[in-house]
Amino acid sequence: MSVASPLLAVEGLTKSYGGIHAVRGVSFSLRAGEILALIGPNGAGKSTCFDMLNGQNKPDTGHVRLLGEDITARKPREVWRLGVGRTFQITATFATMTVRENVQVALVSHGKQLFNLFGSAPNFDRGEAGRLLELVGMGGYADRPCGELAYGDLKRLELAVALANEPKLLLMDEPTAGMAPRERVDLMRLTAQIAREKSIGVLFTEHDMDVVFEHADRIIVLNRGTLIAEGTPAEVRGNPQVQAVYLGEGLVYDARHRDGASA
Amino acid sequence: MAFYVVQFLTGLASAASLFLVASGLSIIFGVTRIVNFAHGAFYMIGAYIAFTLTERLSGAFGFWGSIVLAALAVALIGVLVEMVLLRRIYHAPELFQLLATFGLTLMVEDLVVLIWGPDDLVGRRAPGFKGAIDFFGQNIPSYDLFLIALGPVVLGILWLLFQRTRWGVLVRAATQDRDMVAALGVNQKWLFTSVFAVGVFLAALGGALQIPRDAVHHAMDLRIIVEVFVVVVIGGLGSIVGAFVAAVLVSELNAFGILIFPKISIILVFLVMAVVLIVRPWGLFGKPEAPARKTPGLTVNPWRPLTSNERLAALAALIIAATLPLFAGNYLLTVGSEIAIFVIFAVSLHFLMSVGGLASFGHAAYFGLGAYGVAFLAKMAGLPMIVCLLLGPLLGCMGAAVFGFFAVQLSGVYFAMLTLAFAQIVWSIAFQWVSVTGGDNGILGVWPEKWAASPSNFYWLALGVAALVTIALRAMVFSPFGYALRATRDSLLRTEAIGINAKRIQWTAFVIAGTTAGIGGALFAYLKGSVFPDNLGISLSVDALVMVLLGGVETVSGAVIGAIVYKALNIWLVSQTDLSKLVLGGFIMLIVVVFPKGIVGMLEMLAQRRRKSSPPGSPLLAKPIESAE
Repeated sequence: MSVASPLLAVEGLTKSYGGIHAVRGVSFSLRAGEILALIGPNGAGKSTCFDMLNGQNKPDTGHVRLLGEDITARKPREVWRLGVGRTFQITATFATMTVRENVQVALVSHGKQLFNLFGSAPNFDRGEAGRLLELVGMGGYADRPCGELAYGDLKRLELAVALANEPKLLLMDEPTAGMAPRERVDLMRLTAQIAREKSIGVLFTEHDMDVVFEHADRIIVLNRGTLIAEGTPAEVRGNPQVQAVYLGEGLVYDARHRDGASA
Repeated sequence: MAFYVVQFLTGLASAASLFLVASGLSIIFGVTRIVNFAHGAFYMIGAYIAFTLTERLSGAFGFWGSIVLAALAVALIGVLVEMVLLRRIYHAPELFQLLATFGLTLMVEDLVVLIWGPDDLVGRRAPGFKGAIDFFGQNIPSYDLFLIALGPVVLGILWLLFQRTRWGVLVRAATQDRDMVAALGVNQKWLFTSVFAVGVFLAALGGALQIPRDAVHHAMDLRIIVEVFVVVVIGGLGSIVGAFVAAVLVSELNAFGILIFPKISIILVFLVMAVVLIVRPWGLFGKPEAPARKTPGLTVNPWRPLTSNERLAALAALIIAATLPLFAGNYLLTVGSEIAIFVIFAVSLHFLMSVGGLASFGHAAYFGLGAYGVAFLAKMAGLPMIVCLLLGPLLGCMGAAVFGFFAVQLSGVYFAMLTLAFAQIVWSIAFQWVSVTGGDNGILGVWPEKWAASPSNFYWLALGVAALVTIALRAMVFSPFGYALRATRDSLLRTEAIGINAKRIQWTAFVIAGTTAGIGGALFAYLKGSVFPDNLGISLSVDALVMVLLGGVETVSGAVIGAIVYKALNIWLVSQTDLSKLVLGGFIMLIVVVFPKGIVGMLEMLAQRRRKSSPPGSPLLAKPIESAE
């Protein structure tokens, strides 16, 4: 691991579905402790891009490197073992287990105790599970069935689960989707705080621009599979191409382009 | 050479009926998402009704008319079943749908015997296709040639039906997204009913067309359904072309398998199925399906270990059970031993099905393998009983390791069908490989040694082992492994995202469950003093499912209670009536429709309600399944 390697380096990621180029030659990098937002209109290729970072989806070409190590062909569970936690756009939790048990499963996996047949799971790393839940403000919900939680609480639980293996990198796919405005701000403030304290790199996709511009250190903008801008919130806000994409000129251009193609 | 050509043509002819039944199953699954276990039963009724009609109506017109009429009559029965039974369980978990249609199968088996008697019925030859054609000195029945032509014709008709009619368009649309079709204002109820009718018609036609080839008998339903499951697993559920190709493939494998492994030809089919599953788990022509429903049950409350009071109560119950020999006679003690053995069997399936979310429809395979393991060791190697009891279950363990490896690649209905097919393969081997297993005559004289021979001693042995097994599996539920297993049941996506190899966890659970079932089987061999192919038959697999379901599929201790209640009822019932399958089938459907939470689930709910002191009036009984999702 050379000192120069960034935490995450993405080089020339490309993915097509049939004739549709979902992602074309996307490259970017992320430093430890940095909060990077990946934004773009619907269908820009954000989710595809995202899923290729932890092995959920395989790129046609391109590489993903974690601290210099190529993890492009790894399975999600292997990427997790290397210190990458992730949350999902639609939360994925263990609905029939309690909130604490959800975190304990991740801790069991992290402690490599998955095939321990006769230990006591209710007491497994109970203290650590409690600390993680306190960290995301869910300490009071530890014994609640996960299936009963409100959506915002599920998102916070996912964050606690993602933090269970002391990750170096957090991938958060639309962490605040479906949440009330107040909850959004709280969750992202919490995430930012944790990231800075523990020097975790965070990459998140997001539709809510208030959330993005308030919390991201840097922003990359994706449009129709291509990276069109990169920079600080102020730089991106002032970028005419980004404005065009978000204020509708992109749509006009899009329509004209399509007319031209079909004619 | 000519011989091989004839063998090939025989295979093609067998494929016709198989294709009809499999395509019906596929069409029904595509639209309703129900795997209709009763499809084999409809096939069988088709054959029986066609037999009766062809005996009554004479002439060529009478014969062919009877075939079509029989299929139409069965389709009508299918409509009735769909409206009365299936409409109540469309939204239930798939396990419940499989069980309800299996209950129907059981009822039909007894009804058929009631109406047509238990003997094989040999039907008329088809007018115009009575002879055989000479092919370089080999005879090919001309009826086989008719069947060979029929397969592609039916495939063509179905293709036209689906591509060229409004109904076909709706069916294809519903197969892709039935919610969308409903949102577009299509009357879903009648679409489902008509699809079911068409599917059943195809099955009954397949059955009716068999009567010039094969005798009609009351076990033909299970034989065909297992083959059909194999066909749709290979071809891909929901694909008609897949059903056709796989039906031909399976029939040819059977036709030529007999030449290669005369005794155990089914091995060849198994090998091909295994290869297909590794390369394309969703079948040759199927599409990978997003996992739709997650849990085996309805809504599961988080589980907790027993409190110290509950532990004392369980211990007290065990002590009371241990005092049975003080006042009960030999017969009652034998019944007690059998119940204890079935507790072992039920908790082993519960571990796989409730904790792991993998509902095996062939769990008896590992029970029976344990029994055969003991029989081999005791009779052939002459080992002492203790050694046999310890080593016998290893055969169940090995079987579970091999079959489980393939089975856990799938989930949901595919998993259920595959485990059923595996169990049937093991059964066929036990049945056909007479030189080793004794075939239908079984292996006799597996008696316990002196120390365990008296009914009370054997009862204590069985009870002790059952208690140990139950405690061990319960401990595993609350072990780190148990948590991981429950996690794979709840969300595969999340388990993979936190570094868990879900397939390996599930495989381990499968092996644990299979080995435990093998322990039950080992004791069972000594209890009965013999081992028969029935010890790994389908009905035993279903017994296990019903025990878990009756106790409560979403509870931790349901399997124990379910096993005791069910086995006691079953033994009593068999002594009271000859129509035990009819009663049992009705009973299964009743639990599924009215009582889906099972005994322990109901008790837990009542206890919870009392704690919350909410007003009485159970919504569960009024709307059992609607509240499921």
